[in-house]
Amino acid sequence: MRNWIEIGNLSDIPLRGARCLETPAGRIAVFRTAADEVYAIEDRCPHKGGPLSQGIVHGTGVTCPLHNWVMSLETGEALGADEGAVRTFDLKRDGDRIFIDAAATAVAAAE
Amino acid sequence: MSERKKLVVIGNGMAGCRAVEELLARAPDIYDITIFGAEPEVNYNRIMLSPVLAGETTFDEIIINGRDWYDENGIALRAGEEVIAIDPAGRQVLTDKGERTGYDRLLIATGSMPFIIPVPGAALDGVIAFRDIADVRRMTAAAGKGGRAVVIGGGLLGLEAANGLRTNGMDVTVIHLTDTLMERQLDEAAGFLLRRELESRGIEVLTGASTEEILGENVVEGVKLKDGRVVPAGLVVMAAGIRPNISLAQKAGLECNRGILVDDFMQTSDPCIMAVGECVEHRGQVYGLVAPIWDMCRAAADTLAAVDSDGYGGSVTSTKLKVTGVDVFSAGDFAPGDDRDDIVYRDAARGIYKRIVIFDDRIIGAVLYGDTQDGNWYFQLLKDAEDISESRETLIFGPAFAGGATADPNAAVAALADTGEICGCNGICKGEIVGAIHEKGLTSLAEVRAHTKASASCGSCTGLVEQLLSLTLGDTYNPAAVEQVCGCTELGHDDVRRLIKAKELKTIPEVMQELEWKTPDGCAKCRPALNYYLVCDWPEEYADDYQSRFINERVHANIQKDGTYSIVPRMWGGMTSSTELRAIADVVDKFDIPAVKVTGGQRIDMLGIRKEDLPAVWADLGKAGFVSGHAYAKGLRTVKTCVGTDWCRFGTQDSTGLGVRIEKFMWGSWTPAKVKMAVSGCPRNCAEATCKDVGIICVDSGFEIHFAGAAGLEIQGTEKLGLVATEEDALEHVVALVQMYREQARYLERIYKWAKRVGYNEIRRQIMEDGERRRAYFDRFVFSQKFAQVDPWSERVSGKDKHEFRPMADIGFPRAAE
Repeated sequence: MRNWIEIGNLSDIPLRGARCLETPAGRIAVFRTAADEVYAIEDRCPHKGGPLSQGIVHGTGVTCPLHNWVMSLETGEALGADEGAVRTFDLKRDGDRIFIDAAATAVAAAE
Repeated sequence: MSERKKLVVIGNGMAGCRAVEELLARAPDIYDITIFGAEPEVNYNRIMLSPVLAGETTFDEIIINGRDWYDENGIALRAGEEVIAIDPAGRQVLTDKGERTGYDRLLIATGSMPFIIPVPGAALDGVIAFRDIADVRRMTAAAGKGGRAVVIGGGLLGLEAANGLRTNGMDVTVIHLTDTLMERQLDEAAGFLLRRELESRGIEVLTGASTEEILGENVVEGVKLKDGRVVPAGLVVMAAGIRPNISLAQKAGLECNRGILVDDFMQTSDPCIMAVGECVEHRGQVYGLVAPIWDMCRAAADTLAAVDSDGYGGSVTSTKLKVTGVDVFSAGDFAPGDDRDDIVYRDAARGIYKRIVIFDDRIIGAVLYGDTQDGNWYFQLLKDAEDISESRETLIFGPAFAGGATADPNAAVAALADTGEICGCNGICKGEIVGAIHEKGLTSLAEVRAHTKASASCGSCTGLVEQLLSLTLGDTYNPAAVEQVCGCTELGHDDVRRLIKAKELKTIPEVMQELEWKTPDGCAKCRPALNYYLVCDWPEEYADDYQSRFINERVHANIQKDGTYSIVPRMWGGMTSSTELRAIADVVDKFDIPAVKVTGGQRIDMLGIRKEDLPAVWADLGKAGFVSGHAYAKGLRTVKTCVGTDWCRFGTQDSTGLGVRIEKFMWGSWTPAKVKMAVSGCPRNCAEATCKDVGIICVDSGFEIHFAGAAGLEIQGTEKLGLVATEEDALEHVVALVQMYREQARYLERIYKWAKRVGYNEIRRQIMEDGERRRAYFDRFVFSQKFAQVDPWSERVSGKDKHEFRPMADIGFPRAAE
């Protein structure tokens, strides 16, 4: 049984933007795309640790603010010529409310 | 034959009657049927209410089954009699007239209820939903009195209501919560086209607008928005969505979630009770469209008639807006994704937008605007999950495609009107250029320049002139390749800038539509560029899109490699005071700022500040009179000065005063790339003005203006623009030069690169020799400063963009893990 923790509403996140979650697993970036889809990934670019939450969101990707790596919000993998990946976290939507899988954030912390 | 069983249907709407029709077709003789309907009407086609409201058809024409149908089939219709309770144990229903009716099988088809948003005033007289024929009659009656109607909700139903009310002569305002109309069915580009069409019909559309209260004593008088705006209204139509009507089922103890839970055979948790239509939830889905309901009715009829079937397997839905003259179609899933491919077709001239979303060689979604005739073809391919890899290249052109055509790179300029301005420097329109090419038999860029002057000055319209040559002369002309802005477009920066002006494009979605962008919402390269171009060209009208700005400009601080930020407050002309220095020292102590550095631009940088602390740091600095130094901006950074005649024994003019004056005049302006300036008080040049973007060297006879220096990746001394006599002249020339750069340069192009491309002499000619042009540049800069000179730090101290500086949530360690 998954334990879902409510983290806020869709409207808390700017369209084509992101907000951060502080968790035992570290900082998680929660993105909202132009199509109002939400994704959660580790807020740490695999390249040099840049805060992905601060990047420009386009399609279902985000461009890292430090050195312009483009990461997929869906798979967590780097797009284009770069190689690397960040952890992704499952989110659940109930109308406007957004939930994150508590277990995933805790397990990540234990690793 | 055994005795007939009793079937009771609750709901005389589209689903209830359709299920009965399907049943009669399969097994006309096994049930005695009774249908209860709360409305005192026969069965009518609810989805045609919009055309009734718009006066395009009448109620009689949308009746599906008249009284004779009920009679002929021996159905007992109890219209106007509402079922108020179900007794599953006793297998009977109770109505509001106190009648009890027994059943062997019960079919619930109670449909859905309009969602009335819970705001004060929602119960006032004049606030209505748009659900049944009675609502339509109320709207038509209200429209007879004229005045303004507000429609809350810019979804399918809301827009149909708005159009209908407008057709009935009312003034109409649509209030929509999100930024895109019909956002569940349309993407941003199609939403933009739809909005433009509705606005051209006189319907006012307010997006990103949230209703706070409906005003009025007993009768509605207006709607108040959360941002404080008040829209007066004599009629308010709530079209904010629908909710499955499940109260009867819930009271009867049937399992419900959002809707009444049914299996593939439309069976509820009670074996004698079935349900169909908008009131049910099937495999987690609730439907509000007619096609899935017809499928459910077939499955229900199979079950009732005991016909073997696979049941109902769920539906993929498609939508069409029923507003005459507006063609919108959407189906499936059209959210973007890395593993999905988008095929986008835009025809700006005809207002057509088509987007097909492909996953694993299959169509999974489609949005069509303006030309929807192929919608059903795409929808069929989608439902059949047909492999389209063979026909992929021509898919977007539809089934009628005969082969040959590919996207035309000249389409945007082809679509431009003859009066569209191509060359801004010389004021030459498309018509003049095309005319000259025809009449004078011109065949090259040089000839066009010689005859029309187009592209002969700054040259930024060269790409467009070449496209016109190509359009007019056909294959005999081969334009030079233009470097594209990014992979999202065929156009180069200069073409995009010129077309934004010529076509008066004022939002990013509008640019992407009209210039036929290939991606749905651009990328991190083109979005900041477009945002700058629009800020520059339409200072009054354009709403800066912060999500299209690089992080530094979005939060007004410089991101560092560890994710912390640095900030630099403005020190006008490099001058400071004990009060300012003390305030900085206090802030450094209070917030434990790890590093403080004196910059090359004569001011102080505080490094390593946590993002959450930024507003508090700015608040303290603000109290000491500091404003943002824009050290993060593609905009005016610093104006370095030396101490000039105030202190220096060699100083010839008040260089400090002039530097401060220029900085106070120009701060806050956005530019294509950063702009650094300096004013030196004598030719010894202590402020190093001759390697700046713009520099001034004071001399006895006045002020020498320099430009196009560089001291970064490349090192280059400035070029001399000219000598002017007074401080006023110096300011006017410098401002005009920067405005010319703002209007012409490509995004991220520094002044020295722009100047080299345009030609130093051309810039001298426009700024030094052409006084009228210089003053026009100056005036445009001054106008744009009216909107730009707002200190971003104090705005954020006052709460703007709060969300940027706070985490969304803080999740502690779960207890189990401790």
